[in-house]
Amino acid sequence: MPADIVLPRVAATNSRRRAPGDFIFRYLTFLFALLVLVILGGVILALIDGALPALRAFGVSFLYTDVWNPVTEKFGALAPIYGTLVTSAIAMVIGIPVAFGVAMFITEICPIWLKRPLATMIELLAAIPSIIYGIWGLFVFAPFVQQYIQPAIIDSLGQIPGIGALFAGPPLGIGVLTAGFILAIMVLPFISSIMRDVFETVPAMLKESAYGLGATRTEVVLQVVLPYTRIGVVGGVMLGLGRALGETMAVTFVIGNAHRISASILQPGTTISATLANEFTEAVGDLYLSSLIALGLILFVITFIVLAFAKLLLLELQKRAGG
Amino acid sequence: MAIYARRRLINALVMVLAMAATGFGLLWLVLVLWTLLWNGIAAITPALFSEMTPPPGSAGGLLNAIFGSVVMTFIATVIGTPTGILAGTFLAEYSRGSRFGEVVRFINDILLSAPSIIVGLFVYELMVVRMGHFSAWAGAVALAIIVVPVVVRTTEDMLNLVPNALREAASALGSPKWKVIVMVSYRAAIQGMVTGIMLAVARIAGETAPLLFTALNNQFWSTNLNAPMANLPVVIFQFAMSPYADWQVLAWGGALLITITVLFLNIGARALASWGTFKK
Repeated sequence: MPADIVLPRVAATNSRRRAPGDFIFRYLTFLFALLVLVILGGVILALIDGALPALRAFGVSFLYTDVWNPVTEKFGALAPIYGTLVTSAIAMVIGIPVAFGVAMFITEICPIWLKRPLATMIELLAAIPSIIYGIWGLFVFAPFVQQYIQPAIIDSLGQIPGIGALFAGPPLGIGVLTAGFILAIMVLPFISSIMRDVFETVPAMLKESAYGLGATRTEVVLQVVLPYTRIGVVGGVMLGLGRALGETMAVTFVIGNAHRISASILQPGTTISATLANEFTEAVGDLYLSSLIALGLILFVITFIVLAFAKLLLLELQKRAGG
Repeated sequence: MAIYARRRLINALVMVLAMAATGFGLLWLVLVLWTLLWNGIAAITPALFSEMTPPPGSAGGLLNAIFGSVVMTFIATVIGTPTGILAGTFLAEYSRGSRFGEVVRFINDILLSAPSIIVGLFVYELMVVRMGHFSAWAGAVALAIIVVPVVVRTTEDMLNLVPNALREAASALGSPKWKVIVMVSYRAAIQGMVTGIMLAVARIAGETAPLLFTALNNQFWSTNLNAPMANLPVVIFQFAMSPYADWQVLAWGGALLITITVLFLNIGARALASWGTFKK
């Protein structure tokens, strides 16, 4: 019916005339929402623009060349990429099981009155700025690792043929393993708080049914809670990984900033973010600067993919819980 | 019976491991805070708050760095908060179910976790290169970009918690939508929104990476926003990495100051949030 088409239009004009504030406020908020997209677009454009000279000069080989020589202006990103991936991998290997344990303890085991304080305290780990982990890692943790942990690792794991190469070399304190360990502490709260959130979404009836059949707590968590929340758990892990990949200051303090790829994880290395933090303001020459920005671009692309994947998984879980 | 015993044993083992993991997590919190207090307390002297950052080998304080941090954090909050609140308002009040809203929400969540050093690079390209020099403005803008996603997220979450009946009641009285949002939704969600702003301030108070390429550092007292400005995180970075004992002590002092500020803001924000009217 034509009346149906006319009516809303009249209503809209009326309300716009009656309340111009509505129109203004709506578009004002819209503009600022758009700004969020503009920031992302700006970041991408700025990084590509800055990285172009280096990408033109070195092409794809930038990704797999292991040279970093400011004097001859030859740059390759392999060592920082390798360091970024290895430190994050170490962080995940240590962080995931611990985060799972924490989430399980808080949701399934601990008494209710302890839940909140405990969860808050674990989350405070995430509140501590990364530079604090850095200074602590450099002055307190690294010397401790050098004196007690690394000699023990070299004497035990380092002697095994094959994987021994991973743990070879003098105990320096600082290095890839130390950086990975501090990263593990830093991502622990992010992963465990997401795991906790998704564990809470499991319908009580499912768990009660399992308990009713005589399952132990472990069996309930591993065979009911975990399968039910699998997507969310993976999403949480990816979110933690995204944090670990981009973490800057804590790593810069303890990784040793050596542009090389060592087989041993006890040796110094570097990551993309640590290289940027250390060299950017001192970089002389356009190609040097551009190479550093290209490193930033690579880091951004990697973290974007990881974070987008995490977010998609978590959205999927949300949709399922809602529907 | 043997199977039962084994299941119980495994269960007990897993319970102990979960407890150990929690203890392990808390251990680091205690260790970090304890060593920070232990090393930093010696540096907390009147000079720390009244003297400038010294050249190597002489005594001094962190006054210019504290001032710089406060100024840049303040400007960043002033820029970032309204931006974040308005964007969050759009997401919660105007875009329910719309495609555009979903995309913005998605991108915002990615910006929330994106490496802060990338933000530094962006603002370097955007402002430092164009202006030809490092400046406090650039540092403040970099920090503001970190504030925005945090505030967007909390504002949207908090507005979503406001019961629809409140909005309907206001609309039924004939108020236009913007008035409903400003006079009803905002008032109902104000505690949560303030919580979000406090968390955002806590986050940028200790951010170092985005300031390295934007505000840089300044050894002297400077109130010129168009010039490099000292700030606590970068001073801590520089002083801690140096071989001079005086500088390292100051770095510990600065680290303690930042941590106390950040933890205070965080705990305050949580207290305020749990005090709120609407809960999930």
